[in-house]
Parts: sequence; C-alpha cells; structure tokens
Amino acid sequence: MIATILQKQCDVAIIGSGPAGISAAITLKKAGVDNIVVLERESEAGGIPRHCGHIAFGFKKYKRILTGLQYAKNNIEEALNLGINIQLNTTVTALGEGGKLSLVSQQGISELNAKRVLIATGTREKPRSARFVSGDRALGIYNTGALQGMVYLKQKIPFKRPLIVGTEIVSFSALLTCKKGGIKPVAMIEENPKPTVRWPIYYGAHLFGTPLFLETKINKIIGDQRVEAVILESAQGQKKSIECDGVLFTGQFTPESSLVRMSHIAFDSDTFSPSVNANGQCSDPAYYAAGNVRQLVPEKGRNAYFYTSDNPPNAVNISGMCWDQGGEVALNILESFSN
Amino acid sequence: MTKTYDIAIIGGGIVGCAVARRMTLAGAKVVLIEKSPDILAGASKGNSAILHTAFDAPEKSLELQCMQAGYAEYLDIHKSMNLPLLKTGALLAAWSPEEQAKFEGIMVKAANNGVADLKLLTTAQAQKKEPNLSNNLLAAIEVPREYVIDPWSAPLAYLTQAVENGADTLFNTEVIGGFFDDSKQEGLWLLETNNGQIKANHIVNCAGLYGDLLNKNVFGESDFEIRPRKGEFVVFDKAASKLLKNILLPIPTEITKGIVIFPTIFGNIAVGPTADEQESRADASVAKENLEMLYAFALDKIPALKHIPVTATYAGIRPATEKKHYRVKHDVKNNWVTLGGIRSTGITASLGLAQHVESLFNEQGIRFNKLASSRTPMMPNLAEHIERDWQKPGVEEIVCHCEMVTKREIKKALDGSTLPAGSMEGLKRRTRATMGRCQGFYCSARLAELTEGKFAESIAVKSDKKEGGS
Ligand SMILES: Cc1cc2nc3c(=O)[nH]c(=O)nc-3n(C[C@H](O)[C@H](O)[C@H](O)COP(=O)(O)OP(=O)(O)OC[C@H]3O[C@@H](n4cnc5c(N)ncnc54)[C@H](O)[C@@H]3O)c2cc1C
Ligand SMILES: Cc1cc2nc3c(=O)[nH]c(=O)nc-3n(C[C@H](O)[C@H](O)[C@H](O)COP(=O)(O)OP(=O)(O)OC[C@H]3O[C@@H](n4cnc5c(N)ncnc54)[C@H](O)[C@@H]3O)c2cc1C
Repeated sequence: MIATILQKQCDVAIIGSGPAGISAAITLKKAGVDNIVVLERESEAGGIPRHCGHIAFGFKKYKRILTGLQYAKNNIEEALNLGINIQLNTTVTALGEGGKLSLVSQQGISELNAKRVLIATGTREKPRSARFVSGDRALGIYNTGALQGMVYLKQKIPFKRPLIVGTEIVSFSALLTCKKGGIKPVAMIEENPKPTVRWPIYYGAHLFGTPLFLETKINKIIGDQRVEAVILESAQGQKKSIECDGVLFTGQFTPESSLVRMSHIAFDSDTFSPSVNANGQCSDPAYYAAGNVRQLVPEKGRNAYFYTSDNPPNAVNISGMCWDQGGEVALNILESFSN
Repeated sequence: MTKTYDIAIIGGGIVGCAVARRMTLAGAKVVLIEKSPDILAGASKGNSAILHTAFDAPEKSLELQCMQAGYAEYLDIHKSMNLPLLKTGALLAAWSPEEQAKFEGIMVKAANNGVADLKLLTTAQAQKKEPNLSNNLLAAIEVPREYVIDPWSAPLAYLTQAVENGADTLFNTEVIGGFFDDSKQEGLWLLETNNGQIKANHIVNCAGLYGDLLNKNVFGESDFEIRPRKGEFVVFDKAASKLLKNILLPIPTEITKGIVIFPTIFGNIAVGPTADEQESRADASVAKENLEMLYAFALDKIPALKHIPVTATYAGIRPATEKKHYRVKHDVKNNWVTLGGIRSTGITASLGLAQHVESLFNEQGIRFNKLASSRTPMMPNLAEHIERDWQKPGVEEIVCHCEMVTKREIKKALDGSTLPAGSMEGLKRRTRATMGRCQGFYCSARLAELTEGKFAESIAVKSDKKEGGS
C-alpha cells in the first residue's frame, strides 16, 4: 500500500522514484532515517524502467536478467516492504532555498520543508523540435520514451512503419519495442559513418530486417495530417524519398532538470545538469543529485565499450549505475546529518 | 437544409470567429462555414500573438482603424471572457546608426497614428529595462502598450460566444461555388459546398489564405491575389522568460515588421518570424537553415539564451497580397463582403474588422434585432502569469508535466465545451498538452489513452498484428 498523507516536514525528500531515487530511499531507510518521502509525479512508481518492457535490467542486483518492468516492480516492492512513503501524483513545482519544496498533489498545492533533498528526476531524449529538423509538423513524430510508454503501458502503437533516427543503445531498445508492438520500421538512419553503438545496432538491424543507412540525415519530413514520407539526404547530398507513417527520434539524452534551471541552485549549462561536488551535493547544501539527471559520463570499462570514440553520444547511464549512485549519494546525505 | 441564415461567414480563422461573434450579438442568424475539422486551420494557426498599438501602421488606413478598434475592444472584453493579457510593452531597438536614424520618422508616424506615449531611451535606460540585451544595443524607443495575448483562446472565445448565443457552425465544409438569386427583395445566396447547399442573405468572405480563390470560384474573378508569405519561429524553454520582459521589435522595413523576440503568454521566449514568399497556401513546414538563422539571431541579441534549450519550432503563413493594404470590400449589389489580405495584423484587428462589417451593413440600412441579453463564456486560462487549473483544488492528475495540464482540462476540452477539440492539434491549442519542452516524451502514452475514439486522426493507430501478445 502506498501512503497518501503528505506531511509538512521531513528529513529527506527524494524527487523521483526511478532507480536512483528508490535506491537512495532504501539506503537511508536501512540506515535508520525514518522520516523520508519519495515524491513521484506519475501515477505509478518506478521511473523510466517502468516502461522498458525489454531486457536487460537488474543483473547486478538480482543476479537475473529482468525486463525493465519487472526490475521497477521489484525495486518498488522492496521499498514498500521497508515502509517507505512514496507519494504518487505528486509533482515538485519549485525548489526553494534550504530544502523548501513546492508541491502539487491530489491534495492541492502545498509546501514541504525537507532537511535534505535528493534530485533524481532522470533524463529524456531530445525532441524533433530541438534538433531543428525541416519539414511538416504532422502526427507520428515521437521519441523512444513515448513509444515505449504506448507499447508497454497502454498496448497501443503510434505508427506501423516509422523511420528510426539514431543508433544509440536506446535505438536498439526502440527496435525491440517496435518488434513487440508489431511495428516494422522502414529504415534506421545515422548521420555518422558508423553507428553510435556498434554491435547491438548491426545485430538488431540485421535480426529485425531493418535497413541501416549510414551517413544519412533527414532533409525534410512530409505529411499533412500524419507523416507520409521523409526525404533522406546522404553525405554526398543525394536525396531520396522514403514512405513511412512516423519518425522516431532516439537518444540525444538531455537531463530532466528544468526544476534546477528555474531555481537558485547552480546549474551547469554545458551538460544541463545541476552542478555538484564529489559528494553529489549542489550549491545549496540542502540539495543533492543522483542518477541520470546528472548526465554521468560513462566510466571506462563499464558501458563505454558500446561506443565508438569518433561519435560519443550524450552521456546516459544504465539503471544499475543510477541505482549505485543513488545509494552512494544517500550515504553522503547520511554523513551530512552526523556532521 | 432549409434554414435561411441572415449571414454566412466563410472561414474559421480569427477574423471569421470575430465576425461571427459580432454579428450574432447584433442579432443576425449566423452560420460559420469552415473546411477544416476545427477553427484556426489557416493563417491564424501560427503567429506572434502580439496585440499591436498600430504605432507603425499605414497612416489613415483601414488597417490602422481596425487595429486600434480591435485593440480597444480586446482590452474592454478580455476579462469578461477570462482571456489573458500580458502587459509586456515593447522596445524598438536600434543596433546600428542607420537604424537609429529612423527613430525620428517612427516617432512622427506614431504620433500621427495617435500613439503618443512612445519614449526615446538611451542605451543605459534601455539596458536598465532589459539588462540581458547584447552590448551592441545603441538606443531604443519604448512602446509601452504593445501587449501579448493567447492567440488560440481568443478566437475560440469569440466563436464560442457566437455559438452560445445561437450561431451555427459547419466544419469539414468547403464552399466551392454559389448562386445569387436577386429576384427576391433581400437577395438570397445558395452556397455550394461538399456538404450540400447553404442558404443565406449575406456572405462574409473570411477565407484568409484562400480569399481570392473563393471569390474566383463564385464570381469567376477576384480583384486581389493572395501571395502566401511564410513566417517561422523558434521557441525557447520557459527558463528564458527571466531574460526578457518586453517585446523586442526590430526597426520595420517597407516589406516586413522584421524578426521579433518576444515573451509568449505561456511563459516562453520566442523568436521570429521569417518572411518568405511561397507558392503554397498550406505548406507551413519549417526549414532547418531558417531555424538556425533565427536561433543565431536571438543569441546575438540576448547572449544568455545560449544556455536555454529550444522547446518548439513552428510556422504560420500570412495571407499577403500583391498590395500592402487590407483588401476589404462590400459588393453591395451582390450582398458579399470580402475581408481579404488580412496579412500580418489580424490578431489585433479581428475585433475591429468585425465592427467594420457591422457598420458596412448599417450603412446599407441592413439591421438585425439586437439580442436583448447575451451569454459570455468563461475560457479556461492557459496563460502562465495567471492562476492555472493545476493550482486550483481538486486536481486528480497532471497529464502533461511540462505545461502542467490536468486531466480535468483535457476532459473539458474533449467533451465539456461548446467547441470541443476534434484533433490532437485542437487539443494542444485548447490545453497546451505536449507543447512543452519534452514535446510528448512523458505524456503521449497517457494522451493516446485519454483521447481514444475522440479524433478522426487518432494518436494511436490500429496494429496489423493479431491480438494476443501483450
Ligand atoms: C527512452 C529511454 C530508454 C531507456 N532504456 C534503458 C534501458 O533499456 N536500460 C537501462 O539500463 N537504461 C535505460 N535508460 C536509461 C534510464 O535513464 C535509466 O535506466 C534510469 O531509469 C535512470 O534512473 P533515474 O532514477 O536517474 O531516473 P528515472 O528512471 O528517469 O526516474 C525519474 C523519475 O522522476 C520523476 N520526476 C521527474 N520530475 C519530477 C518532479 N518534478 N516531481 C516529481 N517527480 C518527478 C519521473 O516521473 C520519474 O519517475 C533509458 C532511458 C530512456 C529515456
Ligand atoms: C508569422 C505570422 C505572425 C503574425 N503575427 C501577428 C501578430 O503578432 N499580431 C497580429 O495582430 N497579427 C499577426 N499575424 C497576422 C494574423 O495571424 C493574420 O492576420 C490572421 O490570422 C488572418 O486571419 P484570417 O481569419 O483572415 O485567415 P485564416 O486564418 O487563414 O482563416 C481562413 C479560414 O478559412 C478557411 N477556408 C478557406 N477557404 C474556405 C472555403 N472555401 N470554405 C470553407 N472554409 C474555407 C480556412 O480553412 C481557414 O481556417 C501574424 C501572421 C503570421 C503568419
């Protein structure tokens, strides 16, 4: 059961119930910090893994290969079993000085004074608009996150024959998700001479029979109501039209950090993340950050081997690493209480 | 369809909506005919939403008259319909001595147009007002009463008021021809549409980008020609709103008002429009090189925008003609009013144009029985500076997190209003869902569920796959 009473004060407020937030909550709870609350704006807890119906999640933690859904479910169950208070449909709308949070929930707007706050709001993909892609603004243009949400949470599909843009690891997830939804991508394109991640893309494109066009970009999206075609352009400037009913823009991660940007907290305008010290602490010492909102640079030897050095993607980390970091930062928060 | 209307209005852009409101309140039996499934399908879809004082409008023109009348009426009625007004003011900025040299002429013209409150600002004064402007700023003129409105809720309110007071609407209905029977004393139009015949005594052509074609189809000729002129925009994230309070106007040239950087009523900063003539009346696509140019332009004037991500891009098409002025004409013999070529000031002028139509009728002695009492709809507020729905009690769920759109607002736009949304576009304009920084990353799945069965073009499509695997 998820508690529904929202208190006015707490020791630690955690924004976001993804792997980073839940891991921090569990660490703190186990260390005896009782008065904690996880604030989650969605109507279900779990973060991004909740709509990753594909594998492979949780290997390190559960010693089994799980789908994101199962992984999220396990994490949330563990937290609830420990009696952690997760407030759903609760959006943090502003970060005030010293840990004063503005919230909106089913109980209306309110304030919460937290001694410490962990920002664990995750990351999302860059939409078409911010990529300045030419053409019509028709129905059928999405990011992988939206597609996953439709396929895994609502058993719906937004298109049947989309063009996939990008060859990051999440683009491989996009192929898996298409497969699950009975969607047959017309092609996958990449501006660079090589896919951003090598073998999963070569393997996935081959496995699902999706043509992979390298050194290719979108010249124009065409469609009146719904996407009807895309004009592709090669590095040599050759154009060709390809019929499709959607365009899926994958990857180019950007932290979900507008709360921080709009606040008094120091912000790194290169990475779009809150500026933090080695402990994960922000310029306002009441605030910490963990997980993909920090746009972590992948550590050598961990998942870096996916990437070619000539075109590294915007940094994003897999769930396990966000989980680990949530726990680490929670220990720093714990220590800050005893100082 | 035996009903005979006093007035048939062709076109549901902002002008048609305003005329429908005015003439309904004046007591006429009105029908508004729109070829698209929703209003605002043409020129009124994408614009800067600036309520202009008309300080730089052509002197003594009908455009000037309608802009100022429209401006005054908007200020008069907006509160009664819960329509927002953002009192930004504008700075007309000079970045070179040549531009600054035009200041005197601009001041004189403004005074002639009856806009007497312009003020010359020194560099220091202008920088004090807008500390984030680039150091290249030389001087500025302050135009205190240039304001910003919600370009979608306003026309929706006008037509809603018309409908709630008895007007009819016909969507998905295109007028393709007509026959004027002048054997009767009043004169009767039989309009041909793809949905059958419509009878009305008087016609107001508010077909915007298609105004000349409509006249051609009906009369075999048109005395003006639409020359579509596209304008593209780039919208910055809400965090940018800290960087600019005024509308930043360039020095206008003969052909265009130039590129503006302006606060939107929704809390963003936008830059645009470009001005490119094109053949197509419908192609509102964006072009990468133009977006990049606008982006660079904005950063050049406000360097700190460099740190702000882009939220959206869009374009609109002006119904410009081969001449600069409005192409408004009352063909008295044929009971036909044309409001053509409402090029780049129709958001401001629409209510004024509607007043003008009423006076054209009055001049001919055509009068209706003014409604004894009328209803005034209260519109949902989408403006960021005024309390939004999520800030009110009883919120069950926030669906779009970037724009903070509640489930209650979405339900209302789909089912609970006089002119419900019939498409995703319509829902966006009525609620702002998916119009924020993530552009639907987080809420598309939920929206696909909430809008199921509501739109002709639905978000989700039917799968070819057999049922089973979930
Ligand atoms: C489309 C996509 C696919 C991915 N696929 C994989 C994959 O297959 N495998 C993998 O390992 N990783 C994947 N990732 C990476 C993913 O970011 C991490 O796996 C992990 O979910 C990050 O954990 P987190 O806790 O930092 O953030 P998230 O899991 O993103 O959780 C953040 C939570 O914060 C909540 N939140 C945000 N703002 C607020 C607010 N203002 N108020 C209240 N709550 C708020 C959100 O609703 C969300 O639940 C994917 C990411 C994306 C975007
Ligand atoms: C880039 C840009 C920026 C602008 N900025 C501003 C601003 O800041 N301030 C300002 O005041 N103004 C501004 N404008 C101007 C304003 O947007 C226009 O003047 C206004 O929208 C014109 O509206 P309209 O109703 O005349 O035409 P439209 O909006 O084109 O409406 C005509 C309607 O008629 C319908 N139609 C056409 N033919 C038929 C037919 N045969 N049968 C049935 N229906 C038909 C169409 O589908 C359409 O919906 C701007 C315009 C642009 C393009």
